[in-house]
Amino acid sequence: MIPSPSIFAPLLIASLAVFAWGVWKRLSLISLGQSEDRSGSLGDMFRYAFGQKRVVAKPFGINHFIIFWSFMILMVANTEFILNGLFPRSIKLIMLPFELYVPLAFLIDIASLLALIAVTVAAARRLVSPPYPEARTPEAFFILGLIATLMLASFGLNASELAAYMLRSGVDPALFFASARKIMPVSALVAGMLPPLQLEMIHTASWWAHALALMAFICYLPNSKHMHILTAIPNCFFRRQEKPNTQPREEFVAGNAFGVDQVDGYSWKDLLDSFSCTECGRCQNVCPASITGKPLNPRAVIHDIKVNLLENGAALKAGEKPHIPLIGDGGEGSVSEDAIWACTTCGACMEACPVFIEQMPKLIQLRRHLVESEAKFPEELLNLFENMEGRSNPWGIAPSERTKWCSQLDVKPFDKDTTEYLFYVGCAGSFDSRNKHVSVSMAQLLDKAGITWGILGKDEKCCGDSVRRLGNEYVFDKMAKENVATFIERGVKKIITQCPHCFSTLKNDYRQYGLELDVIHHSELLRNLVEDGRLVLDKTTQEMGATVFHDSCYLGRHNDVYDAPRSVIEAATGQAPAEMERNRNNAFCCGAGGGRMWMEEHVGERINLTRVNEALEQKPETICVACPYCMTMFEDGLKDVKAENVKVRDVAEVMAEAIFR
Amino acid sequence: MLIVVCIKQVPDTTQVQIDPVTNTLVRDGIPFIVNPYDTHALEEALRLKDQFGCKVAAISMGPPNAEGTLKKALALGVDYSILLSDRVFGGADTLATSNVLAAAIRKLNDEVDEVGLVLCGKQTIDGDTAQVGPGIASRLDYRQLTLVDKIVNLDFSAKKIRVSRKLEGRHEIVEAPLPAMLTVVRELNRPRYPKVQMRLEAAEAVVEVWNNKTLQLDEQKIGLKGSPTWVSKIFSPERAKGEILGDGYADPAGTAKLLIEKLMAKDMLPL
Repeated sequence: MIPSPSIFAPLLIASLAVFAWGVWKRLSLISLGQSEDRSGSLGDMFRYAFGQKRVVAKPFGINHFIIFWSFMILMVANTEFILNGLFPRSIKLIMLPFELYVPLAFLIDIASLLALIAVTVAAARRLVSPPYPEARTPEAFFILGLIATLMLASFGLNASELAAYMLRSGVDPALFFASARKIMPVSALVAGMLPPLQLEMIHTASWWAHALALMAFICYLPNSKHMHILTAIPNCFFRRQEKPNTQPREEFVAGNAFGVDQVDGYSWKDLLDSFSCTECGRCQNVCPASITGKPLNPRAVIHDIKVNLLENGAALKAGEKPHIPLIGDGGEGSVSEDAIWACTTCGACMEACPVFIEQMPKLIQLRRHLVESEAKFPEELLNLFENMEGRSNPWGIAPSERTKWCSQLDVKPFDKDTTEYLFYVGCAGSFDSRNKHVSVSMAQLLDKAGITWGILGKDEKCCGDSVRRLGNEYVFDKMAKENVATFIERGVKKIITQCPHCFSTLKNDYRQYGLELDVIHHSELLRNLVEDGRLVLDKTTQEMGATVFHDSCYLGRHNDVYDAPRSVIEAATGQAPAEMERNRNNAFCCGAGGGRMWMEEHVGERINLTRVNEALEQKPETICVACPYCMTMFEDGLKDVKAENVKVRDVAEVMAEAIFR
Repeated sequence: MLIVVCIKQVPDTTQVQIDPVTNTLVRDGIPFIVNPYDTHALEEALRLKDQFGCKVAAISMGPPNAEGTLKKALALGVDYSILLSDRVFGGADTLATSNVLAAAIRKLNDEVDEVGLVLCGKQTIDGDTAQVGPGIASRLDYRQLTLVDKIVNLDFSAKKIRVSRKLEGRHEIVEAPLPAMLTVVRELNRPRYPKVQMRLEAAEAVVEVWNNKTLQLDEQKIGLKGSPTWVSKIFSPERAKGEILGDGYADPAGTAKLLIEKLMAKDMLPL
């Protein structure tokens, strides 16, 4: 017997009110954020929110996919349930044409079973081997329990209705169940096990269990991490279309705020991100800082932003000071300075997030505040900042020494009429004694291929990558403007870089300064030259022995260049390089990005050693890289693990070896 | 109480070359920096400001483009910045320079607030004389405490200062009454980094310029005329040309061995 609507209706209205209040409370907090232009993409919404493309990339994601789609199907059943509760016997699915009702009832029955299995698997996983230890929360078990209750209750409900119908109709049970099993296999199976005399009681109990679980779910949803059910869909819709490694520019006018130190300094999308996180922990499980024991956890950063927003929302709305600082001791709702400085900006978190939360740019905003508004940063960075501003290179070496690497070569200055490419050598390629060899190899290869190219010589300035990732936007802005002016004045259109950091900065960041450059990483150019027959290999080199390739984050993840360096190695050695366990878009950072190159690493295991050990598992004789930072980190790491017999070579050096020796 | 910091704009010496024909510094396109020792003097003054709430004035004698140096001081938080600039100040040696700086400090003392401390870098990286600070102290009859690497105690009300001086192989703790002139070494502190807001304000600010109309000094005591010494010649000391031994990249161990043998043959490796 379905209870009277006069009891159900007020309860339902109350729970819907709680739901609406919770949703309103959170969505209105999002409006505290700064404006930001985001054009949405329906395609991405269907692919990633409904298609769950990134969710299913991991084994347990399939479990989530099942729960998600079961929910979508069961929305029909729950709508029926609610309408029936409000207007008994008015609307039933069975009133649908038989051809429609049968498959629908079948689908609902199976979906309920699959959801029940999936939540059981999810609960077992949290008990036995959670994605991360803190994932074993009461909240998680509560919500899984609610879903399980809903499914069990719906079976109870459907089964008792089936059994009662059979009794009323007086049909032979065997015949009845044989046909019922074809429509609702699970419910029919349950119906056969129910004691005939207690059907009424079972039906009422199931109905209330279902109703209460459903209303509890409705109330609970917006006030928990399960809010993601509502926010993840728009979050995928509004995902950043370009790579999010370029942060927005700042306007340097006295009185402006620089960076973010209060949660309402973030954009609305940043705040929406914080409500879209379901705390799956995939970001922290790929974060080089988290993995090696640093105080940074990208999941916790997003969680802290959410908690900070919830705690401070009322005060911020009233224009008052927030109660909890956003940058603080690292307690719930605050991000610690140590965490902020631990990020290598490798982008692994953003690559892993199933719903496109952008963790890294939020940390850069906090860095900007610390550097620009408080002049507070790890002391190693003081020299870096002054060297960058004063001499436009990280070491503070005299700019006149920029051309020393090519003192033995005949290198021309760039001239737009006679040279096609500018070879933007970069600070490492110009000053770092090891990396100068890469520049020399590259110069020889360009000449061999008959490319016309030139350099800016002492007029070449640092691209500013490190200062930008470190949050020193003021200095970056000056450096970028200077470089952009030089490129325009000299008529530079096509640029070759051998450093992925220069590559990405010139290509992506300088676009914000109105300069579209045709920037090519040397690995891409070398591959093209081989493919076009301009670099002819009449032999391969055996000098390298077994090779393994390490992806640079700023070449791979941030710019999607994965195949070119591999092709170069394969062309030069005759053999594809071995792959590390984590490769391509899942590659693990060397530890030097985001300005970490210039900072000490005091806490936890060293990131470069972690990666070096991973490379050594492939038993290489040569580790191939395509980035000067990676090269330094690997060479240092190999010394630390006493594996100096393993060489580190840039792809250009590998190619030069095959061509010239 | 006012603290005065004397700062100087110097060419970035790592980038300076000497014209072999004229024997003068090639200054074209060479960026200027704040004399590194002076940045520590400035930092100490700002720390004292943070601690005692006193005011800080930065003064610099130089050509009009030395304004940039004073703007950097403003961006770091000084209250007054004054450029002492006049053609008649030009060509000054350390004596004439200290005359101008002392006159400016006297004027600040009379017109702004009582000067308690004058801070200078221990020397500049272009002239390297280390005479201007002590010269100022002599002109003003202030106590001079050179090579300070720590202010042990400062008491403005009792007008006393106690500092540690970094001497060769030892430290000396010295106490003196105020007003005093300190020259400082790099170990004293770590200079701060400017906040963007302050940089933007400093960029807009106008640096006050005092010329000799303001200071009213006897022209025989300033500039080239007031300088008993002058530079007759600048040259780079000749250095025996080095040589490149082996190939450290291809054969590091062999090259290191070569180097050791070479040094031992020249008796430069005491074993």
